Amino acid sequence: MGEVKKHDTPKVDQLKTGPWPSFVDDIYSYSEKHKKQACFDIMGQMELSYTNRETHWKHGGIVGVFGYGGGVIGRYSDQQEKFPAIWAFHTIRVHHTAGKWYHTSALKKLCDMWDSRGSGIVNFHGSTGDIILLGTVTDQLEPIFFDLTHQLHWDLGGSGSNLRSPACCVGKSRCEWALIDVQELDYELTMAFQDELHRPAFPYKFKFKFSGCPLDCVAAVARADMSFIGTWRDEIRIDQEAVRAYVRGELKPNAGAFSDRDWGPFDIKKEVIDLCPTKCMYWDENEQKLYINNSECNRCMHCIAVMPEALRPGQDTGIAILIGAKAPILEGAQLSTLIVPFMKVEPPYDELKDFIYKAWDYWMENGKNRERIGELIQRIGLNKFITEVMGLTPIPQHVRVPRDNPYIFWKEEEVEGGWTRDVAEFRKRHPA
Amino acid sequence: MPTVEYKGKVFEVDEDGFLAGGLDAWCKEWVEYVKELEGIQELTEEHWKVINVLQDYYRKNGVAPMVRILSKVTGFPLKKIYELFPSGPGKGACKMAGLPKPTGCV
Ligand code: HEM
Ligand code: HEM
Ligand code: SF4
Ligand code: SF4
Repeated sequence: MGEVKKHDTPKVDQLKTGPWPSFVDDIYSYSEKHKKQACFDIMGQMELSYTNRETHWKHGGIVGVFGYGGGVIGRYSDQQEKFPAIWAFHTIRVHHTAGKWYHTSALKKLCDMWDSRGSGIVNFHGSTGDIILLGTVTDQLEPIFFDLTHQLHWDLGGSGSNLRSPACCVGKSRCEWALIDVQELDYELTMAFQDELHRPAFPYKFKFKFSGCPLDCVAAVARADMSFIGTWRDEIRIDQEAVRAYVRGELKPNAGAFSDRDWGPFDIKKEVIDLCPTKCMYWDENEQKLYINNSECNRCMHCIAVMPEALRPGQDTGIAILIGAKAPILEGAQLSTLIVPFMKVEPPYDELKDFIYKAWDYWMENGKNRERIGELIQRIGLNKFITEVMGLTPIPQHVRVPRDNPYIFWKEEEVEGGWTRDVAEFRKRHPA
Repeated sequence: MPTVEYKGKVFEVDEDGFLAGGLDAWCKEWVEYVKELEGIQELTEEHWKVINVLQDYYRKNGVAPMVRILSKVTGFPLKKIYELFPSGPGKGACKMAGLPKPTGCV
């Protein structure tokens, strides 16, 4: 390896101080060890950006691999004379594993490949879920893709107007609250929709996220156009003896999550009963017994999270499907809205796939250019989306409150006499 | 801006190899030149159909068509478009047709 040139980076270097792991330390120690000019140039360009307070990446960039329409984000420096090793600094999205479990042997292979073909810098992980390989040149894209597919047996993730890489919480692999096998579901749907992921065919981007329970550890309701949330419809299972153990102070509330501060002895009334959003719980002091009126429970998970050893979700489990979350551009930020309160799901998930295709078919045909499905629902109305697009029956659970304005559309066939009226008829009774 | 020379013609291109001069600078030689970069063996009628539709749409509307409009007008499903243009309608076909580079969250 030839000589490398380190730039003077006083502002960037300040970020080596303090207790949090320093990305500056990491990048410099890596670049010194591997003699990577691209890493030194990145720090140089960053110093320039800190000084000028503006980015030094050019607008856009269209690069990729043959056969796919996405997966690589092209980037070019606008300081190519000063920082030639990062004239191109493309990002590769590599599809992560469901729940982000890895074996060191796989990661080591990935690192060996990236050490030799890229900058060595990564993001574990991008917000959507992908492994992000940060920085390489155009000529390396096909060789990287070849290595990924042929040696590692890994594929690219998504980018562009397509299905982006789905993601899920750790689910049943290590969480006792997981109500469905989100990892299996994530994997099965990812494999089923490979074509939609690799070759953009949609009006705009579309994301799936899967959470095993309403605690929603992947933030599906905020960050996915289609949010799949594990839920149950029978009764919360109560171990009364364990409840008493919490009350006696033998078990720590919230599994000890708040033990760094003295909150006083556990008070079941104050910390559970009174905080239940639907007020459907009752602690009988005399009987030393907990009652839950499950028909009023909205499955918020609070009581279960406070007393994990005493309370468990029910056993009749499935998913709720919510649609439409997006960031502010264009029409304002949205969380997903409830479309299906409960669906049983089992491999091969045919019912679920039908449901997804129904929404896609309509959006692909009727969505405007760069219109997220949440905006389409806003435009055509939730009612039309639920009834005409998805073929479902509207239910009270579809809304938080009924509308408070009276601008109500009726279908012509719902109104006696229809819309065709003769004003002459009206004038017979109401002379002008 | 880098330039490339092909069969006696000189083209200004950006880093992604898109024609900097757009449709005004476009000519048949450009298509021949891009063909090689884009992994296309032989240019067929079908390639030209896609290129013509893209150019007509762009002249009329000032933007590239959405994927499903391209499919509808050409009658080619997306799968077929990838068979014709391995890097897809954006990086492959639009580049060849001399349309501006796709932008946004690509
Ligand atoms: C039977 C009699 C009336 C009926 C049925 C009626 C009905 C309505 C309705 C449906 C609206 C639209 C509300 C909206 O945009 O949200 C409205 C607005 C309005 N009405 Fe009446 N109205 C009546 C009498 C009057 C009278 C007598 C006045 C004034 C002296 C009046 C002043 C207004 C004004 C100023 C607005 C606009 C309010 C706004 O846009 O914020 N209305 N009315
Ligand atoms: C033939 C007579 C009138 C007609 C056809 C008429 C029509 C309208 C219409 C269509 C609107 C808009 C309603 C909407 O935003 O949905 C409006 C608003 C309004 N009108 Fe009239 N109007 C008439 C007379 C009057 C009179 C006499 C007054 C007041 C003395 C008045 C005061 C207002 C006000 C305050 C608004 C609300 C403006 C706003 O904030 O949007 N109008 N009118
Ligand atoms: S979302 Fe629920 S099931 Fe998934 S990891 Fe979080 S608590 Fe566990
Ligand atoms: S899950 Fe929530 S709503 Fe249901 S009983 Fe527990 S605290 Fe109440």
